[in-house]
Amino acid sequence: MEFNFNIEGGNFSHAGAASSEVKKVLKQLNVDVSLIKRIVVALYEAEVNVVAHAYEGMMKVVLSSDFIEVTITDRGPGIPDISLAMKEGYSTASPQVREMGFGAGMGLPNIKKNCDKLEIVSKVNEGTTVKMTTFFS
Amino acid sequence: MDPFYHALQISPKACIGCTHCMTVCPTNAIRICDGLATINEAACVDCGMCLKNCSQHAIFVEQDDFNKIFSFKHRIILIPTVVFGQFSDDVTEEQIFAELHAMGITHVIETDQATGVLTEAIQEYMEKNYFRRPFISAFCPAIVRLIQVRFPSMLSHVIPLKQALDLSALYARKKFIDQGVSEEDIGVFYVTPCAAKIAAIKSPVGEEKSPVDGVINMDFIYNKVQMGITQHRDKPLTPVPEQTYLSPEAIAWTLSEGEVSRFNGRCLAIDEIHNVIDILEKLEDEEISEIDFIELRACDHSCVGGALTINNRFLSIERLRKRMKNNAKNKRSVPDDILQYKSYLKQHSLLSGKVLPRSIEKLDENILVAMAKMEKINRIMNFIPKIDCGACGSPSCRALAQDVVQGKAKLNQCVFIQKVLMRDNLMTPDESIELSERTWGKERFRK
Repeated sequence: MEFNFNIEGGNFSHAGAASSEVKKVLKQLNVDVSLIKRIVVALYEAEVNVVAHAYEGMMKVVLSSDFIEVTITDRGPGIPDISLAMKEGYSTASPQVREMGFGAGMGLPNIKKNCDKLEIVSKVNEGTTVKMTTFFS
Repeated sequence: MDPFYHALQISPKACIGCTHCMTVCPTNAIRICDGLATINEAACVDCGMCLKNCSQHAIFVEQDDFNKIFSFKHRIILIPTVVFGQFSDDVTEEQIFAELHAMGITHVIETDQATGVLTEAIQEYMEKNYFRRPFISAFCPAIVRLIQVRFPSMLSHVIPLKQALDLSALYARKKFIDQGVSEEDIGVFYVTPCAAKIAAIKSPVGEEKSPVDGVINMDFIYNKVQMGITQHRDKPLTPVPEQTYLSPEAIAWTLSEGEVSRFNGRCLAIDEIHNVIDILEKLEDEEISEIDFIELRACDHSCVGGALTINNRFLSIERLRKRMKNNAKNKRSVPDDILQYKSYLKQHSLLSGKVLPRSIEKLDENILVAMAKMEKINRIMNFIPKIDCGACGSPSCRALAQDVVQGKAKLNQCVFIQKVLMRDNLMTPDESIELSERTWGKERFRK
C-alpha cells in the first residue's frame, strides 16, 4: 500500500500534517501503539526538516504487513556534511526558525533513534532524500 | 472485555433521526437506522454532546430511582460545588442544605472537600513517576474513556488516582463506620452534572466497584430544591449542622483551571471535547512537549457546562466566584474533619486496576486484513461525493466507507450513488425509496 503527501517548505503552520495522517492510517491497521509513537516522532522530525530547510518536498509511505518505509525527498540546499548533521545539537537553522521552537539540532539524531534503518542521500544545492524503515515485529 | 455502561439513552418516541447528534459525536458512535439515532456502545464515551445538541429532547440520562435512598438508615448525599452554581442569588446556601435534608437526606457532603487530599496525592504521584510526563488528569471520566478508545498510546500518562467523588465517598463511609454505624445502613448517593460521572460510578475504569450506591441527576435535585423552597416559604429555616464553607481553591476545582492552578511547572487546561481531541493529537505526535500536567475536561467550561446542569454556564461561574469571595472573606470555620482521614484516603487513592486500551480505530486485528480493508475504503472514497451530508445515516462519507467494508452498511445507502444508479437504469425509484426507508424509516416517506 502506498500513500503520498506534499510538504510545503517554509509553511510551519502546516508542519506535522503528513505525519498525523500516517498516524491515523497506522492506528487503523492495528499497529502496536508504542511503535506508532516511534514512527510518528521520526516522521514529524523529518517533515519539519523539509519545512525548515527546503523549498518543497514529498513524503512517500510504503506499507507492507511487516514494515513501513517512508521516503522524504526534498528540493533544497542539501546537507554538506551528513555525519556532522547527525550530531546532537548541531543545527544550521536560522534564528527565525529557532524562535518558532524548531531547529534545536535534534532532528536527524532523533530520527535515527526512532527508526530501525535510516538512509540519507544529499546533494548540496539540489536536495536531500531521507529513507526511514521500521519493522512491525 | 465488559461493555461500557452508558447512561445516555434515546427515546424512540421523541427521536426524529435528524442527524444533529450524529454529526457532533466526537467518536463517530452514532448512526441513523430506521429513522432513529442508534449509539455504538463500544465507541460512546458518555460525553453528552449528543444530548446537548438534540433539538427534540430525545436523548436523556437514565437515573436511579430517588426513593432508593430510603432503603438506608443513613442517607448521605455527595454534591459537587456546581450544584450551588445552578441557583439564582436569592436562593441561599443555607436554604439548599436545608431542602436537601427536608427531602430525606440525613447528611450532606461536598465532594470537593476531598480536593486538598487529592492534590497532595497527585503531587506525590507526579514526583515519584516523573518519567511519565506529561501527566494527564483523570478528573473527567469522558476524557479517560476518550483516551481509551482513541488515544490508547497516551494511557500511560493518565494519573491512575481516584477522584474527589470517590475519595469523598470513601470518607463518608469510613466516618460513619467509625461512629459505630453498620455498613449496610449507609447509603451514599452522588448528584451528577453529567452522564460521564454516572458511567464512571456504574462501571468504573480501573476499579472493581465504586463506593457510591446510586446517582441522582442534578436537574432532578434542582427541581426538588426549588419546589421545597416554594412550599416552605413561610416556615423558619432550620440550619444544617454539617454545612460546609469550602475554600476558594476547593470551589474552583470543578471549574476550568481548577486543577492546574494547584500545580507548579508547565500546566495546560483544556475544556470542550473537540478542543481536547486537538491537544491529544498534538501530544501524541509529540508536536508539543515539555509539558508537566494537563487538565482535560469534556464539557465547555468544564462541569458547569455538563449536560444535566440547568443554569447558563457563565452565570454558574459567576455565582461560584461569589461563593469563593464570600468564603475567603468570612473565614467561617469549616467542619473539615476530612483532614482526620487524610492518611486513610491517601492510602486508598491509587486505582486498584489498570486503565486498559479499547481502541475503536483498528479496522481489523490482523494487519493484512486491515490493509485490504483500508484499500477498499480508499477505492470507495474515490467515487463517493465527500460532502458528508449524512443522508446515508453515517456521519461522514469516510464513516460510510468504513461501515461498508465492516459489513455494517451498504454503499447504495449513499443518495449520490443512488442517483447515478438510477440514471444508468441500474436502480428503480422504488428501490431507491426502499433503501432510504431503511435509513429514515417508512413514516418519513408517507408525509
